[in-house]
Amino acid sequence: MSLRVLNGFKFSSLKTRVHRLDPRAKFLLVIGIIVPSLLFTNIYLLAGLLLVQVPLLLIGRVTRRWVQSLRGGVFLSALIFVVNFFTGPLVNAVALTLRFLLLMTTFSFFFMTTSPDDLGLAIDKVGFIRWLSRRWLGYPNALSFTFTTAVRLVPTMAVDAQTVVDAQRSRGLELDKGNILKRVRNYIPILIPLLLIAIRRSLELAEALEARGFPGKEGRTSLFELRFKPVDYAMLAISLAGIVLSFWVFFHYKVPTI
Amino acid sequence: MGENGAGKTTLAKQLNGLLRPTLGRVTVDGDDTTKKSVAQLSRKVGIVFQNPDHLLFSETVRDEVGFALKNFGFELGVIVKQVERTLEALDLAHYADTSPFLLSGGERKRVALAAVLAWEPDYLILDEPTIGQDYQQKERLRNFILQLNSQGKAVVMVTHDVEFVAECNPKVVLMSKGRIVAQGQADEILSDDGLIEKASLVKPQMAKLFSQLGGFGFPRDVVDVHRAKMLLEEKLSEVKVRVAQGS
Repeated sequence: MSLRVLNGFKFSSLKTRVHRLDPRAKFLLVIGIIVPSLLFTNIYLLAGLLLVQVPLLLIGRVTRRWVQSLRGGVFLSALIFVVNFFTGPLVNAVALTLRFLLLMTTFSFFFMTTSPDDLGLAIDKVGFIRWLSRRWLGYPNALSFTFTTAVRLVPTMAVDAQTVVDAQRSRGLELDKGNILKRVRNYIPILIPLLLIAIRRSLELAEALEARGFPGKEGRTSLFELRFKPVDYAMLAISLAGIVLSFWVFFHYKVPTI
Repeated sequence: MGENGAGKTTLAKQLNGLLRPTLGRVTVDGDDTTKKSVAQLSRKVGIVFQNPDHLLFSETVRDEVGFALKNFGFELGVIVKQVERTLEALDLAHYADTSPFLLSGGERKRVALAAVLAWEPDYLILDEPTIGQDYQQKERLRNFILQLNSQGKAVVMVTHDVEFVAECNPKVVLMSKGRIVAQGQADEILSDDGLIEKASLVKPQMAKLFSQLGGFGFPRDVVDVHRAKMLLEEKLSEVKVRVAQGS
């Protein structure tokens, strides 16, 4: 079931060491992985960056769902591989498929182990975003809230998507039947209800927020405060070093694909 | 019936193969569900999902109801006939060319029901069909279920609505924490304090009344108005006779 791929982006409410990392440090780690993977197509590097995350996934106890999401992404990876195979050399196709899997893993890792609430708190701490939000929307935390809501809706929509798929399959819809064109068309009965649910939900959300006094005043307090621990500083340092190193190498050397 | 998260919907989804057993076997008319596709099983077991928003997508109510029939490969003539008949039966014929999204919540729920009924599955599973329905619609739904029963179709309902169940007095399977904790006629189950508590339900009003009237020699397993009325009439006429005899 290809929509199981969304399972890999759902937050799993566990309390492992990976879950407890500061979301800011974790996000920088994500950037630290994404930057080199977008700058280079070296197969060893990409494979390395993928393997580096396996222990993190293990500590976070989300490996099973990660594998599930990879299995769901097989169709898209195959598509990427085939398209690139016909337009370029084989190594390139392998590298780009690997890059896709790597990006998917990285985001999946981040979203599976970071609670949306923590993420919101983290964004709210960033001075630039508060300033931008005040200039733009009139309130310092409106922008961070918008982002949190968007992220928060990913798992909710994943649940909805599963229900919609179940409902339509119960009506005899067979998603993986027919040729490519038919398969794409098969998704219309899934996408339309999903879209409408999303729109309806956002309207309801807006009303609910207003009813609860959103956006409130400047200097709103929060129940939980984020604090950097030594391990967060370490991760921050490694990620920053990785990013700087990646750019430095990128501008000074030409890294081959293999 | 059973509390939230008791496993009612999970059990229902086993019946058309949306979920497969990780342990043991689920059979539908003798066929193992692991050996059939969801489409094959759905042909026999129609599930109507709780929220119609999860399945409505067509431009007209007519298309919506015909969607499954097309998937199952019915012939065009049959589709047209079945759709008209189902719309008629559920009092939706005048909405045939309306967009399902323009209808009210209750009407959308009826369209969702029609979308499944149209292919006449042998087993109909309704997930919380009474939520958001007014009394008249519930009454209509009840008659409809009874009608299906008389046609030899089995109707399985997932619900919290004790009053609705009490009036039908069907067989009840009570679930709690992923297990079936009791099964039997509704009047036995719904008048049992222990079971009601276990499944975090509330007794139907008639059962509450009659459990408090126990001192007058009434049975305790009364859940529906009809039986309550008969028992009360009996008792009252007895009293009347006794008053007339001057005792």
